[in-house]
Amino acid sequence: MPYTAATVQLLSPEGTLVHSDASEQYIPYVEKLSDDALYEFHRHMVVMRRFDIEAANLQRQGQLALWIPSNGQEAAQVGSALAAQPQDHIFPAYREHVIARIRGVDPVTILAMLRGISHGGWDPKEHNNFHLYTLVIGSQTLHATGYAMGITLDGMAGTGDPDTDTAVMVYFGDGSTSQGDVSEAMVFAASYQTPQVFFLQNNHWAISVPVSRQSRTPLYLRGEGFGIPSVQIDGNDVLASFAVTKDNLDAARSGQGPRFIEALTYRMGAHTTSDDPSKYRDDSELEFWAQRDPITRFETFLRGRGASDTVFADIAAEGDDLAADIRKRITELEVPANSTMFDHVYSDPHPLMDAQRRALADFETSFEEGQ
Amino acid sequence: MAETLTMAKALTEGLRAALAADDKVLLMGEDIGPLGGVFRVTEGLQAEFGDKRVLDTPLAESGIVGTAIGLAMRGYRPVCEIQFDGFIFPGFDQITSQLAKITARHEGSVSMPVVIRVPYGGHIGAVEHHQESPEAYFAHTPGLRVVSPATPHDAYWLIQEAITSNDPVMFFEPKSRYWQKGEVDRESNGIATHSSRVVREGTEVTLIGHGAIVSMLLQAAELAEEEGTSIEVVDLRSLSPIDYEPLVASAQKTGRVVVVQEAPGNVSVGSEVAATVTERAFYSLEAPVLRVSGYDTPFPPAKLESVYLPSVDRILDAVDRALAY
Repeated sequence: MPYTAATVQLLSPEGTLVHSDASEQYIPYVEKLSDDALYEFHRHMVVMRRFDIEAANLQRQGQLALWIPSNGQEAAQVGSALAAQPQDHIFPAYREHVIARIRGVDPVTILAMLRGISHGGWDPKEHNNFHLYTLVIGSQTLHATGYAMGITLDGMAGTGDPDTDTAVMVYFGDGSTSQGDVSEAMVFAASYQTPQVFFLQNNHWAISVPVSRQSRTPLYLRGEGFGIPSVQIDGNDVLASFAVTKDNLDAARSGQGPRFIEALTYRMGAHTTSDDPSKYRDDSELEFWAQRDPITRFETFLRGRGASDTVFADIAAEGDDLAADIRKRITELEVPANSTMFDHVYSDPHPLMDAQRRALADFETSFEEGQ
Repeated sequence: MAETLTMAKALTEGLRAALAADDKVLLMGEDIGPLGGVFRVTEGLQAEFGDKRVLDTPLAESGIVGTAIGLAMRGYRPVCEIQFDGFIFPGFDQITSQLAKITARHEGSVSMPVVIRVPYGGHIGAVEHHQESPEAYFAHTPGLRVVSPATPHDAYWLIQEAITSNDPVMFFEPKSRYWQKGEVDRESNGIATHSSRVVREGTEVTLIGHGAIVSMLLQAAELAEEEGTSIEVVDLRSLSPIDYEPLVASAQKTGRVVVVQEAPGNVSVGSEVAATVTERAFYSLEAPVLRVSGYDTPFPPAKLESVYLPSVDRILDAVDRALAY
């Protein structure tokens, strides 16, 4: 049982609001939410789980080289993402598909990476400041910290103007906490008091290695060790994820320095479609977390507040529509022209790129002439 | 308006000019504030521009490079100082996996105008990790540019050009030359950033090198001339991209080429120069392109550095071997 008395949980696995010493300060954030806002949480979680299933199918059918499932982590991701302001910057790891969609990245763009079409390629400025995936574990934490240093230098945090003040949120996983870069990011963040939230999704497994191999201390205490106020939440509780992230982003934006959130969640599926979790973990653990599913508990909560069957039927239909849409569009993606590999290696003109682009074109032309 | 400056001071002046020209330029590194860096290259700059333009960082090279990447995403133009050549490697992953690839990953929408200054090379009698020449790792990495000045004049201009580049630039400073004086013309740089330059004309053998080696090539040329051999010397200046036209033209003129570098020779910048000059000037060559390099060993204890590093004698020996073909 990973939860402790310090773990912030606002919604129990049974779907009832929790009042505890740890949760009490965050309840007001939830009480302000309208029914429509609450349905939005549910909609994102359900639609993304449907997307996840469809993407895994596409991989099995040979349309994707790989899929990176996020099944089980919907509450941690949706709650925290919806807590961010439009001007905030989000640096993902590589499993934050629903956050990408919330910030305006077409899910097919994510699939294109896994089909071998691109390395990402979207412009963060045109996608509500959602930055690219970073596959080297933990590297993005330093980029986020540097970005947040820039916000401070620009005087865009702590002004008191809610439309100006900006924060950065960076996502990373339990495995990455062993990387030096993550520690260095926390050193720099604490040193320069960056407007930044470190959002750790502890899904308990780094491919096949359990979190107990990464740390002998609860990971949120790592943040405290760097001088960063830190909190642990039930990451399968979308209300806790939303409320605690909002509280911490507000603090960061207002110039109080960085914050650290550890969201306890669980990777219900494989790390990627390339591994088989039955080789390294027990069904009993899976069952424990299945009983704490983020979507099931939230549906119970919403029904308890009077949500009608129509609400859930509409959301399910949206999920099916998205699945059908990506299934259609994935096969329509075009392979980039050969010469594009030279196009953006450098921003300024570069003679070697020009020479190699010409050489490739000449080589290709030589076959045409030979016919 | 030429004036005489040491290379270290020329770099200080170049950094000062860059800081004054663009308020997005930031200097960041270890001990670069009140101390002015271990080589005093940033001396006085924090006092002049403030601690929001000249940042003393925590002692973590990956952290310096990684946060510089984030600052560049925000629109800044960070200039990172790595304290010594051998300390670049904790930052190697952020440089090669991130800094070098981010523009391509973004398909051009994000540029990485980051300069990484690296004092490098031997001849200073220092301890392990303080005399190395790791430039080949970075010249090998697509997405990076790599330059190395040999003179105070080039140092003054190249550092400013590196800072205005929209691409990441690895800026290798030959630390054994920091205290050598030379003429700096602040009015005109006189040459494009990524150009190699013939610094002494000759007719019989071409010597090619970069950084601290260039002055040694000129010494060797003087001695050879006393013995009646006419030597041309070319300063590479840029290691990625390499400007081959002057190298090939010189090879076609002399027919004999020796490439000299402090770095270990195996899979080095000198290897690439030798191969490409051979490809492009093959019918003009009277001898194979020879290389004089550091030996393929870890940089030895300082009392052996004069054996390890190319010397005038080893260079002249190679000249003799080239002439013997």
